[in-house]
Amino acid sequence: MAKKNLTREDILHIAKLGNLTLNEKEIELFKKQLSSVIDYINKLQEVNTDKVEPSSQITGLTDVLREDKVDDKRTLTPDQALANTKSKEGSLFKVKAILTE
Amino acid sequence: MNLLSLTIKDASEKLKAGVFSCRELVVECFSNIKKHDKKINAFLTLNEEKAIKKAIEYDGLIKKNKDIFAEKPLLGIPVAFKDLFTTKDLRTTAGSKIIGGYTPPFDATVVKKLVDAGVIIIGKTNQDAWGHGSSGENTDYDATRNPYDLSRVPGGSSSGSGAAVSYGASLVGTGTDTGSSVRLPAGFCNLVGLKPTYGRVSRYGIIAMASSFDTIGHMTRTVYDNAKVLEVTAGVDPYDGTTVPVKVDQYTKTLGQSIKGLKIGLPKEYFVKGLDGKVDSSIKNSLKVLEKLGATVHEVSLPHTDYAMAAYYILVPSEVSSNLSRYDGVRYGLTREVFGAEAKRRIMLGSYTLSSGYYDAYYLKAAKVRTLIKKDFEDAFKTVDVLVVPTSPSLPFKIGEKTNDPLKMYLSDIFLCPVNLAGIPALNVQSGFADGLPVGMQIIGPQFSEQLLYKVAYLFEQETQYYKIRPEFKNG
Repeated sequence: MAKKNLTREDILHIAKLGNLTLNEKEIELFKKQLSSVIDYINKLQEVNTDKVEPSSQITGLTDVLREDKVDDKRTLTPDQALANTKSKEGSLFKVKAILTE
Repeated sequence: MNLLSLTIKDASEKLKAGVFSCRELVVECFSNIKKHDKKINAFLTLNEEKAIKKAIEYDGLIKKNKDIFAEKPLLGIPVAFKDLFTTKDLRTTAGSKIIGGYTPPFDATVVKKLVDAGVIIIGKTNQDAWGHGSSGENTDYDATRNPYDLSRVPGGSSSGSGAAVSYGASLVGTGTDTGSSVRLPAGFCNLVGLKPTYGRVSRYGIIAMASSFDTIGHMTRTVYDNAKVLEVTAGVDPYDGTTVPVKVDQYTKTLGQSIKGLKIGLPKEYFVKGLDGKVDSSIKNSLKVLEKLGATVHEVSLPHTDYAMAAYYILVPSEVSSNLSRYDGVRYGLTREVFGAEAKRRIMLGSYTLSSGYYDAYYLKAAKVRTLIKKDFEDAFKTVDVLVVPTSPSLPFKIGEKTNDPLKMYLSDIFLCPVNLAGIPALNVQSGFADGLPVGMQIIGPQFSEQLLYKVAYLFEQETQYYKIRPEFKNG
């Protein structure tokens, strides 16, 4: 792969994907720093991975299931769950509105 | 009581014999913290009042029942928890400002197990925020300093836990190891640090960094102490589906057994340009010690080593970007602009490698290379029992030395990350000192070979006793 130079648009795009807002200084800094990291990780393209399966579960466990039953021992009651919050209403967490009309 | 050279083994014997009380031990921890922590910055939150209350309660238990130690194997032992460990009613920040005000309503499984075994929580330790870092400098608070030389880093990301055990604030420091984060601070702070097999210790309640990599370990002064703690923390947890139903060994029971005939592999790809000559010669000396103990040394090859860091820095940021998406300012803490620079970099990098059109070229490719790296290790373990490699290519570096160049910082972990890709265990033991600074060495084994690693490390430690060299707070 050719040397990677992320553009300002690239940076703004991936920041948006990660729900981040950046200031001007960060845009310039990350453009430079992330370009050099991406340049480095591109060296993986040299490796022949034909017929190689990807690994995601490294000890080989599959289909770990439990009985579909509530375990009271480590389930928090609403009071316990709310015990340390500064913002509650009744038995609910009170948060800022996320939808506007 | 000299807390700087105390071990869990000594402390338990002395608590049992009444030489000192739990209360005296805990008070001594806090007196060391008051003496040193303004300069070292190992702690983010202290638990002094509750710790002393607990210690007094335990002193009462010991008085009533001398056999209580059989029931509670770590009774009265002070532990400092990395701030990724969720602790009930004790502030848990992950080293970040975004959840700087979070007080959890529950304990992580490991915290619960240790508390049930009788430990006393001293406090929560500083770290690279979210576990992102190799030096401790990516904390959103003040960077932790190395007790052996305050102008240098203690290694990260479990920086505060390493420093705290090293300077006598605690006898155990817990850590998480996703790429280096227990072994590097252990190597830089003259401690024994375990990165267990993936799934050996429950991740439930540990704030997630990269879920297919995160392992839960700990640092102690000696091998015995380390094995003792794993006896408590290891095992299947119904709350973590990735914990593996493999029997938990009595790791302390086989310490002292001979390692005659043990085959040690030296991966040739690790002893190359870029390795500090002083580190190289320290490891070579340590190999001579191991040979004297009856082991033989063989050159082996891990052919895909050169690609490990690239695979790691695709897979881990991808998982990081997903795990950190939950910090949206709605349910937890502050809004996303409060993330530190390194968290932002990793979220963006992960968003990039997972984004439309790039997934196959990056994430999928890296997951395939992960298979090849795992196979490299499996092939090596067909001919040798363990591998020995340096923990870090350099001595503990200066504060600020690598902060402007993230790629350079990432590559400090070049000897550490391959182990996490393969899910295998590795133990940092001290290889010696160079220029007055600790040099760490890893003993690496196949999945679930922790007992063997401890056995090898124990005999080596008995022979060398580097753990007796305590920090002198140079450049303080």
